[in-house]
Amino acid sequence: MDYKDIIASYASKPGGIIEAYHAVQKELSYLPEEAVAEAARVFNLPVSDAYGVATFYSMFSVTPRGKNVIRICESAPCHVAGAAQVIAALERELGIKMGESTADGQFALEFAECVGQCQATPVITINRKPYLDVSPATVPTILAEYK
Amino acid sequence: MAEEMRIVLRNYGKIDPLKIDDYIAQGGYKSLEKASSMDKEALIEEVRKSNLRGRGGAGFNCGQKWSFAYKADADEKYVIANADEGEPGTYKDRLIMENDPHTLIEGMAICAYAIGATKGFIYLRGEYPQLIDVLNTAIAQAKEKGILKSFDIEVRSGAGAYVCGEETALIESIEGKRGEPRFKPPYPPSEGLWMKPTIVNNIETFASIPVIIEKGGEWYASIGVPSYPGTKVFTLTGDVNNKTFVEVPTNTTIREIIYQFGGGIPGGKKFKAVQIGGTSGAFIPDSLLDTPVAFDNMSAIGATLGSGAVLVLDESRDIVDVTTRIAKFFEHESCGKCAPCREGTARMHELMQLVNSGKGGQQDIELMQKLGNVMSIACLCGLGQAAPAPVLTTIKHFGTDYNAKLM
Repeated sequence: MDYKDIIASYASKPGGIIEAYHAVQKELSYLPEEAVAEAARVFNLPVSDAYGVATFYSMFSVTPRGKNVIRICESAPCHVAGAAQVIAALERELGIKMGESTADGQFALEFAECVGQCQATPVITINRKPYLDVSPATVPTILAEYK
Repeated sequence: MAEEMRIVLRNYGKIDPLKIDDYIAQGGYKSLEKASSMDKEALIEEVRKSNLRGRGGAGFNCGQKWSFAYKADADEKYVIANADEGEPGTYKDRLIMENDPHTLIEGMAICAYAIGATKGFIYLRGEYPQLIDVLNTAIAQAKEKGILKSFDIEVRSGAGAYVCGEETALIESIEGKRGEPRFKPPYPPSEGLWMKPTIVNNIETFASIPVIIEKGGEWYASIGVPSYPGTKVFTLTGDVNNKTFVEVPTNTTIREIIYQFGGGIPGGKKFKAVQIGGTSGAFIPDSLLDTPVAFDNMSAIGATLGSGAVLVLDESRDIVDVTTRIAKFFEHESCGKCAPCREGTARMHELMQLVNSGKGGQQDIELMQKLGNVMSIACLCGLGQAAPAPVLTTIKHFGTDYNAKLM
């Protein structure tokens, strides 16, 4: 679906710009400049405000990134459970550093704070789906689902 | 022996969360029916009498909060469920919503009747997308059965901002803005969402309401510690044998939670510290573990109850390193609206990194203490005010760990 249609479908929802951004990202993985401008028009906001919202929330990206967004929790419970080793394994497996995307546009690696699955740390999410008790050994299997 | 007592998790594992008839078979929605036949002031008085205090961390008397919104004169009022649980180590609200979404809806509907609201929102953190369908299904079922009458509930998704757990930041976010806290007063019960009277309560608070209405305020007030009665859900992480959750009366001690329910420390290691209430909580040494997990008892030892997260560290952990990681969290999550927090969290992280890497001196410790005290007074919202707590309490209780890293 075109980003214009997606945004238009939230037009009648007061304060619905955040929902609209989520929907655009589901399709495009990020918020292109034109989509932010379109949201400003639809929700009757200055473009600066629409951009301010897009850059405030950590789940939104205004720069292009890989299709499958991998986020690694580095909050204290995951930190003490070995998140650093999981990060190293992901970087090694994908050949990129945290904050980067793979050249084929398949994966993006991002830091996240707690995702609320602390019964089974360390935790990562891919496209907001949580994976629990992740270890360097299980990283390749998890990634294979998306390859 | 402390015993578990399930109020908010009373239906955990007993019902299919997606079947409203299962909830009704357990007595669900009877409290809403009862509440709807009561005089509104009498209903609010019953909640006030229970002495239920907000489970999100601030601990304000729930019935009293409701009475402010009830008394406010407005053409529209709102009920908001704060499902933005972002305190690291916390997943109690997810447990409630995943396993018993109708208890939340019933609690919200009782509140809506009490204050005279016809519209409600569940502000669900962006990290819980799997719950959107669960909640919408439950809302649709309750609507279909006519249980909610004219009360509508809409689920709104957050997008990864810890500060949105603060009620006015949350309100800004529902309005489609950057989630920055407002100056207070006015407080939400008088001017909240779209400047209308609004009640924002935690999920655990709402989930307690149906049981309070069913069994009465006096019954609830008699459970646990009188100044903070009822039960509290705790989620255990870090170095404990059982990384699990437990709902207990508030007169249970920290020691019982760690050793009895958490099964103690794995690998025969010794206990070092526990951080309660999430990442903004104080670190507590062994000597204070016999404190009951009630609001004022925790305050008395310079700690907070917060969200009920319990992060246990064993003797092998580098507490200065963990605290440095926590300082990074606050630098990242500070919304930037007020200078004491925006600058303070950044400088605190800088100083912690300096000390953690062995390049700091005694003057840096003193600087952090001074900065922390200023932040706890001068920051606009709870995020900045609580941010220095882990640093200040680790310096206080684990000073030797810091000293070992000084130049």
